[in-house]
Amino acid sequence: MIEVTVNGEARTLDVPADTPILWVLRDTLKLTGTRFGCGMALCGACTVHLDGSPIRSCMTPISQAQGKQITTIEAMENDPVGQAVQQAWMDEAVAQCGYCQSGQVMSAVSLLKRNPTPSDEQIDSGMSGNICRCGTYPRIRKAIQRAAENGTASIDESLFTEVKA
Amino acid sequence: MNSSIFPRKFDSADSTDGKASDVKLANVSRRGFLKGMTAAGALVIAARWTPAFAEEEKKYGGDAMPHGTVDNPDVFITIEPDGTVGLINHRGEMGQGIRTSVAMVMADELGADWDQVVVTQAIAHEEKYGNQNTDGSRSMRQWFDSLRRAGAAARTMLEQAAAKQWGVPVSECKAGVHLVMHTPTQRSLTFGELATAAADLPVPDRDTVTLKSPEEWRYIMRKPEDFPQGEKKQPLAADGMDILTGRAKFAADVTWDNMLYAVIARPPSYGSAVKSYDASAALEVPGVVKVIEMPTATQPSGFEPMGGVAVLAENTWAAIKGRRALTIEWDDEPAGANASYDSKAFRELLEKRSQEPGEVARSTGDIAAAKAGAADALSVNYYAPHMAQAPMEPMAAIVRINGDSADVWTSVQNPQAARDGVAKRLGLEPEKVTVECGLMGGGFGRKAKPDYVFEAADLSKAMDGRPVRVQWTREDDLHNGFFHTVALEHLEAYFDDQGKVSGWLHRSLAPSIGSVFAPNAEHQSAMELGMGIRSMPYDIPAIQQESGEAEGHIRIGWFRAVYNVPHAFAIQSFIAELAHQAGRDHKEFLLELLGPDRKIDPLSQGEVFNYGEDPDKYPINTARYRAVIERATREAGWGKEMPANRGLGLAVHQSFVSYCAVVMDVEVTDAGDVIIHRADIAFDCGPQVNPDRVASQLEGACVMGTGIAMMTEITAKDGVIEQNNFDTYRVPRINQVPKEIHTHAVNNSVDVPMGGVGEPGLPPVAPALCNAIFAASGKRIRSLPVADQLKS
Repeated sequence: MIEVTVNGEARTLDVPADTPILWVLRDTLKLTGTRFGCGMALCGACTVHLDGSPIRSCMTPISQAQGKQITTIEAMENDPVGQAVQQAWMDEAVAQCGYCQSGQVMSAVSLLKRNPTPSDEQIDSGMSGNICRCGTYPRIRKAIQRAAENGTASIDESLFTEVKA
Repeated sequence: MNSSIFPRKFDSADSTDGKASDVKLANVSRRGFLKGMTAAGALVIAARWTPAFAEEEKKYGGDAMPHGTVDNPDVFITIEPDGTVGLINHRGEMGQGIRTSVAMVMADELGADWDQVVVTQAIAHEEKYGNQNTDGSRSMRQWFDSLRRAGAAARTMLEQAAAKQWGVPVSECKAGVHLVMHTPTQRSLTFGELATAAADLPVPDRDTVTLKSPEEWRYIMRKPEDFPQGEKKQPLAADGMDILTGRAKFAADVTWDNMLYAVIARPPSYGSAVKSYDASAALEVPGVVKVIEMPTATQPSGFEPMGGVAVLAENTWAAIKGRRALTIEWDDEPAGANASYDSKAFRELLEKRSQEPGEVARSTGDIAAAKAGAADALSVNYYAPHMAQAPMEPMAAIVRINGDSADVWTSVQNPQAARDGVAKRLGLEPEKVTVECGLMGGGFGRKAKPDYVFEAADLSKAMDGRPVRVQWTREDDLHNGFFHTVALEHLEAYFDDQGKVSGWLHRSLAPSIGSVFAPNAEHQSAMELGMGIRSMPYDIPAIQQESGEAEGHIRIGWFRAVYNVPHAFAIQSFIAELAHQAGRDHKEFLLELLGPDRKIDPLSQGEVFNYGEDPDKYPINTARYRAVIERATREAGWGKEMPANRGLGLAVHQSFVSYCAVVMDVEVTDAGDVIIHRADIAFDCGPQVNPDRVASQLEGACVMGTGIAMMTEITAKDGVIEQNNFDTYRVPRINQVPKEIHTHAVNNSVDVPMGGVGEPGLPPVAPALCNAIFAASGKRIRSLPVADQLKS
């Protein structure tokens, strides 16, 4: 049995320890917002936060999450930085097909929590693990800048759902 | 007396549980549906197919597609008493924003407030909705008029219902935003208040319906900042927040009771079959339920699955682990030469063949005389490799069989082909197969082939109808896809003693998509030659275009912009090379080659494809070429002094009856690294229904085209694709694309015939980039991708 907290909810999971977090989220917990893109930690579509740090859930076995907090795209509506990113994404009309955007949002939220005012180079560096085949990169850059400008300044820390280890 | 579609319950797209619950849409007993099939349908036939001309009249555009277009509001529009307007989108959404654009056109003509619109995705049902095959950049250009008429007809019915309720002439009643006003008295009734009464009215004849004038549009051709009343600062997006919250449903995001998860070990080469396999280890993986051998289709295999061995399990991970545990011996005999396909050797073969004449596709003037009398000449080969579409969402489909019916949940570009194919292989009536489509996580042509849906159908059948979801992995996508063709383009040009181009020879060698459908399809089809070759506009006295022999050894399929990609790369690179050889400015040389403004009848140069459009309405218009060239170069500052190691590159191409010019501003460092400072894209698709979405499609095409130029390549050795995942199959990342992309609308006017959007931005990107690399470094790229060619 593996004990984890997923989006603030304690879960006891009876799954093989080598099961990637991605498939636990998608198949066991039916949290399908986290997407399968490559299975090799190469595209970032499966990005979630483990104790606040971004990870590629397709290559991270659930055993590594024992006793930890997993945060997924489904929790971003309740996260102030997540809200700021979502709003900026809407304002810039970033998404095309949308498939990679869960991972893009999770990476962007992580980037902005570490660095509230990233430069273009820092955005490129922080987001280069996330592939978008539709080519929304120019708008991702703008949206992160927008979120940095008007979103994260008014963060109410008490609303954070993530708990640092 | 009737249970009309107004008002009617509908399922919102974001609440669907994917249980093929859309039966209301398929209820053939509904009045609205019957009317659509008889009265309105008959009118269309009578108007366009008078018996005397039925044999001769050629149909174009949406009319020429299977099941044509439909403009009956009963099919697409519902209004609830609470004012909610339900709009059906019947086209496939893969990122081009068609769910938004289809809805905004109908909403605008109707007078609906976007905030009260709910978009529902149609099931596969072309007999009802008209053509649903989403390819060829044609959803909006073939459906704009019909969707407007549907919205306007519904608006007319609401006005008639209001007139009836007030007992006033309908001429005094006018729809505003989500309400109808009695103009003399300023009384009003909301759409919701009128819904039930309007439902009892007959759909007006289309000839009596008045469309809005463009000045009255609130959403069509408007950017968010132009939306009225200041209430829409945010771009319209039917699925916006669903995507950003994880609620959006793609093919693999639905689970049915008792469902099994399947992954398939497919043959390594096109046509290989299972000789023997050992499933014992796979069956010991916890969660694996069954291992099933699948038949190998005979070549040419069309949309048929490749066969292989399927592992069915209680979850995806168990299926993946089970597949790893399989031992399979493959029989390469049925694959024939495919089992030894070597893309490098094939390139050498094409290089060799390019020196011999091919089949003549177009011949104008005397090419032999031009060659004989040439004062100067240039002869060059260009190469463009195979590629995989690699949409971010790997293919997935669920099928279950319930006796004489079946349900499908998937994401496909051509839902009707999925429905009909599933029905055929299961021996069911097509009407008994319900295909529901989620959002496509990218398509780019790959999901026009429903082979993965058929795999799920076969496995469900093998499991006595139990629901089975087939999940492709990225490796499956790259190993077993329908790949972009590979092309060798041989070009020769002759200059006369005035320095003018007097002759142009183009010999194009590329395996045809037809090779997966017909034996011995070893030349490009009329469609493929129509993509940039026969449609070439240049004013050159002698032109000879030939198609060389090129057989397919892997499955060749549609890839965004298709054969335009290699054709435009070669032609636009070659013109830049000719300009350089002639010592001329590229832009001036290109405009001179284009010649005077004129409308060329495509048929006059053997171009019979013309993207299915009427050559009278859609001639090849050199003024539109010139306009995009002028605009892109002006925006980019063409002719300005450039810093060292930096240059501008230009390319122009017409495809999908739209015109696109790109200027790239590129720096090539001493180490051979390419930095793309800026892209300027001038685009003429005529009226831009959703301008911000047109811009984003162009930005995306620019990013994808940058990848095509710089890094993206599929190779084969010993019949096997060498790339496995995004480590070896390289696609652009955020730090590898232009730092700035600027899009510029040209001829954005209702007076211009509407063109395609999704694809035509792609072809000019790679040649513009390679021309810029030449301007910056003096190094000419004749073989894609650039990869490490600039590294010394």
